[in-house]
Order: sequence, then C-alpha cells, then structure tokens
Amino acid sequence: MTSTACGARCRLMSLVLAGVAGLVFGAGLLISGMTQPARVIGFLDVLGGWDPSLVFVMGGGVVVYMIAFRAIRSRRKDPWFDVTFHVPTRRDLDAPLLVGSALFGIGWGLGGLCPGPGIVSAASGSVASIAFVSAMLAGMYLQHRTST
Amino acid sequence: MSTAMPSSWLHALLGGALIGLASAALLLTHGRIAGISGVAGSLLQPTTRDRGWRYAFLGGLILSGVIASLVAPSAIGGSVRSLPIVIIAGVIVGFGTRLGSGCTSGHGICGLSRLSARSIVAVVTFIATGAITAFVARGAS
Repeated sequence: MTSTACGARCRLMSLVLAGVAGLVFGAGLLISGMTQPARVIGFLDVLGGWDPSLVFVMGGGVVVYMIAFRAIRSRRKDPWFDVTFHVPTRRDLDAPLLVGSALFGIGWGLGGLCPGPGIVSAASGSVASIAFVSAMLAGMYLQHRTST
Repeated sequence: MSTAMPSSWLHALLGGALIGLASAALLLTHGRIAGISGVAGSLLQPTTRDRGWRYAFLGGLILSGVIASLVAPSAIGGSVRSLPIVIIAGVIVGFGTRLGSGCTSGHGICGLSRLSARSIVAVVTFIATGAITAFVARGAS
C-alpha cells in the first residue's frame, strides 16, 4: 500500500528504485557465481571437490544486510514509499517450513539453480533456465492451489 | 589453482555484498524483504495487492540477465543436467520455496541477518538436502 502522500512522480521514483534494487541484486548473483549451476553443485557436494566460495556469497550478503537492517529499523518508523515495514514476525517452526525447505534443497541440489539465479539465467536466453523458471512458476502455482 | 581460488572467493564476497545492499535498498524504499520466491510467487496469486514494486524489482533482475548475456556471457553457466531433470528440479524448487516461505534470498540473506529462528532452520534444512541431493545425483546428467 503506497502512502497517500505519494503522487505520480513519487510513485514512478518508487518503481525506478525497486527496479534498480533488482538490477543490483542480479549483478550480485552474476558476480558471485550463483548463476553457474556447476559451481553451486560443487559447493553443495561437500564430499566431492568442495568449492567453498559460495559460503562467501551468503557471508557477504548477511554482513551487509545485518548492518543495514539494524540501521534502517532503528532510524525509521516507516520505509520511504510505504506506511509500514513488511518484515516477517512468525517464530513457530512448523511442518510446511521444514518440508518446503527440504524440497527446495532437493531441487536446488538437482539443478544447481535457485529462484533468483534461475530468473537471471532465463533472461540471458538460456533455454534450460527458461524451462527451469517455467517449471518453477508451475510448481509455485501448484503449491498455491493445493494449500488451504 | 592457488591464484584462482582467492579470486573466486573475492567475487563471491563482492557479489554477496551487492545482494545484501540491494536487499537493504528494497527494505529502505518499500519496507519489503527481498525474497525472490516470495516476490515472484505472490504475483501468481490474484489476492496480492501492491504489485508494482514486485514487477519493477523482477524487471531489474531480468535486465541484469539481459545485460550479462551481452557483456559477460561467461557469467551464465550452462545447465549440468538434462532438460527433464531441470524441469523436475524447477517444479520442486517452486513448490518447496512457497511451502517453506522462502529460498536462498529471503531465508538465506534476509532471514539469517535478522537471526530469525525459522530462517536458520530453513537454511540448515535446504543446504542439508541440497548437499545430499548433489552427492546422490553426482554423475547423473
């Protein structure tokens, strides 16, 4: 819900900034090696010739986001273009969380792609990645339809 | 090898920092968690309101892939599995990330940074099953 004070120019700016965030996010995935399935599988296959570099992707992301998250939340009551922050508050560990995460890991280990890198690779024209993302969207749709 | 490994670690660190920075920008501007499965999946649900920033964020992500294919095509690795396996992997990733409320970005970057118990459990779980799957599927095409 965009704040009512946000006019047409402000709304355009909010969309441009969201687009830039997506572009930088994608650049991060590309630079880090997450868009190379062989590297990802080399990281996950710890008993093979383990490639630990992807630990640094998560490490770099977590350090930057942790500092930024605390700075933003302590200084601002609301984000620039919305009336409130939409940060998850659930703390319960339920079966869907465990089963869903377990399934995601299986798919990730099988194809070497997770959702973000899948979308970036598909946009580059990779036929396999276009198939992956199409199947992923179908899987998401299936989950929505089967959940109550 | 001794020179290639530190370089790939540095790229990983730099790329990870950019992912963290972009996620922080989305939090500051829209107050949203940069979870790719959540952003993409919610657009498939008719009840989702406030769709503009989601389309814009995904548009930026797509643009990064288009630009990479023009200026740095080697950043996009080829598939290591046959098409049927890739499709099965895609369905499982889509279903699993929505059921488990997140993927490597939402749980892995944003959730771990917030020290969310749910995200810590999710990350440990998907790395464990990913490692087992990568081992079992080793040599498969």
